[in-house]
Amino acid sequence: MTSKSPQSSASTLPAYPVDSVLSLSRVTKTYPGTPPVHAIRDINLDIRSGELVGVIGPSGSGKSTLLHIIGTLDRATSGTVSVAGHDVDLLTDRELSSLRSRHIGFVFQQFFLLAGETALDNVGDGLLYTGMALEERRNLAELALAQVGLEHRMSHEATKLSGGERQRVAIARALIGSPDIILADEPTGNLDSKSGEDVVRLIEELNSQGSTIVVITHDRDIAARFPRRVSLLDGRVVDDTGQTNGAVSR
Amino acid sequence: MNSSLEPSRLTPADMMRASLIGLRTRRLRSLLSGLGIVIGIAAMVGVLGISESSKSDLLAQLDQLGTNMLRIEAGSGIGIGSGELPEESTSMVSRIGPVEQVASVSDTSASVYRNDLVPEGRTGGITVKAVDAGLLVTLQGQMQSGAFLDDAASEYPVAVLGSVAAERLGVTSGSDGTIVWLGDEWFAIVGIMETLDLSPDLDRAALVSYAAADTFLDHDGIPSTIYVRTDPDNIDAVRSVLPATVNPENPDEVEVTRPSDALEAREAADQAFTNLLLGLGGVALLVGGVGIANVMVISVLERRGEIGLRRALGATRRHISIQFLGESLLLATVGGVGGVALGAAVTAAYAWSRGWGVLIPTVAIIGGIVAAIAIGVIAGLYPAMRAARVSPTEALRTL
Repeated sequence: MTSKSPQSSASTLPAYPVDSVLSLSRVTKTYPGTPPVHAIRDINLDIRSGELVGVIGPSGSGKSTLLHIIGTLDRATSGTVSVAGHDVDLLTDRELSSLRSRHIGFVFQQFFLLAGETALDNVGDGLLYTGMALEERRNLAELALAQVGLEHRMSHEATKLSGGERQRVAIARALIGSPDIILADEPTGNLDSKSGEDVVRLIEELNSQGSTIVVITHDRDIAARFPRRVSLLDGRVVDDTGQTNGAVSR
Repeated sequence: MNSSLEPSRLTPADMMRASLIGLRTRRLRSLLSGLGIVIGIAAMVGVLGISESSKSDLLAQLDQLGTNMLRIEAGSGIGIGSGELPEESTSMVSRIGPVEQVASVSDTSASVYRNDLVPEGRTGGITVKAVDAGLLVTLQGQMQSGAFLDDAASEYPVAVLGSVAAERLGVTSGSDGTIVWLGDEWFAIVGIMETLDLSPDLDRAALVSYAAADTFLDHDGIPSTIYVRTDPDNIDAVRSVLPATVNPENPDEVEVTRPSDALEAREAADQAFTNLLLGLGGVALLVGGVGIANVMVISVLERRGEIGLRRALGATRRHISIQFLGESLLLATVGGVGGVALGAAVTAAYAWSRGWGVLIPTVAIIGGIVAAIAIGVIAGLYPAMRAARVSPTEALRTL
């Protein structure tokens, strides 16, 4: 990547494999400073539709930076990022928002549920910026809540639910629009072991139903349960159990 | 999968819903910050409303009393005259063409008491004046009770009380034969006047006829004040000839005033006061606006997590800025509507307590709400821009 000036996406659809949801090629993120901090370096990653990937690494290994770049919340300093067939580098800030609203679902460690709103409306907010009417969103939210086993909590205020339930509401919000990829950042980080186990099972179940999910975690036991694991250390991929083309950067 | 991207969209209803979140979840803070706008707008609407109600009452009063009355008194002059009006002044004035009514009042040295047991000197500030029978008509006054002095009763010891004098003497009715001790004689009270807006000195007086003053009080009958009602079109002409007519020898010693001018001057003074209060209301509004801006800036800092989440859900910077601007706008508009309602209520209560008609100018109502909206936009602009500039990655690292 030589230029960072975004252009319209309409005419720039690169030829990635049809089932590739996410593709990173030689992606580096450097934060300016003296000396500059290389949060991630030269990362190659290709995630196909239907995969469940655990990204593991110790604190400071670059997991969150990787998630932000995959989630288009931040731009890479160099390299190419493609999400749902769109070359992220060529998209404007507004187009990135559009990409996130329809193609990417997020689950955060801190849940980030809106206070004063019911679980149903919090889940419906997953499609808030698609322009879909509230009633339609609520109908889909009911289905999503049922999918995560919270149909009995629809009218409860989301922020007053238990930690495990809150995270399940957040997962329902991420999957409501059937996004191409769901990114979960330490989804069990704020939960007790029982709730954490429930959430991991839910993630596995959703994956078995076809969702593509990337889970970022520092917990090796959790990651060990996922079919594919990408290990990060000092901003580099040191192991990728699902890598098929030998492009792992070491 | 490789389709072109549909832009992020937020329906107007969802925009409103998003803007209400902050107000719903931080009710006390919203209420307190909106209170600044309520107070500012209420002050401005109240000041304008009270001022307009007072002005309309004054105009009605002037309309009723007329502006064609002149009052003649012996002025200070340059010290060569007697300091009194000549005895024949009243008849001289009545000969001026456009003069429609003339009535004179003469100060006596007598005092009036509730009865003969009241120690001398405790007059309660009530004076005794000899007056023409036509005074009430000339002043366009009204009787509270009883009747005014007339020619038939002029020979008898009867008196009429001004409204203040009646109150101070404890006389409540002018028709039940109450007697008072007036100049060493018992006088029967035959009437009590309503308040006279154009000659408040008569409110604090007991009035007797010239004949009675002459008979019972040994009064010389020289007029001290003459009230003249003229043709409204010739009032200036009459005013200019009055001094020389009343006192041809020393016209400088005659002072002619127009009582309605005093009411108009009072209105002018009220206007200056109104402007001052409006200015204070403006300052309150400004402080209210700063309060909202302050609360919004704090809100942006506190809600970075929410901003990050919304960006992750697909909100553009513009959506974020509109949400916070909308919040500020809603807060100020609700404050503005509350302020207008409070200002109108204060105006109504004050006007009612003064016996005025309630008049709240439309410009104050519309202007109050428009001012609140403008304040909301101005106060919300900076916080909204700041919210839009928050980096989603920074925002999501907040907690």
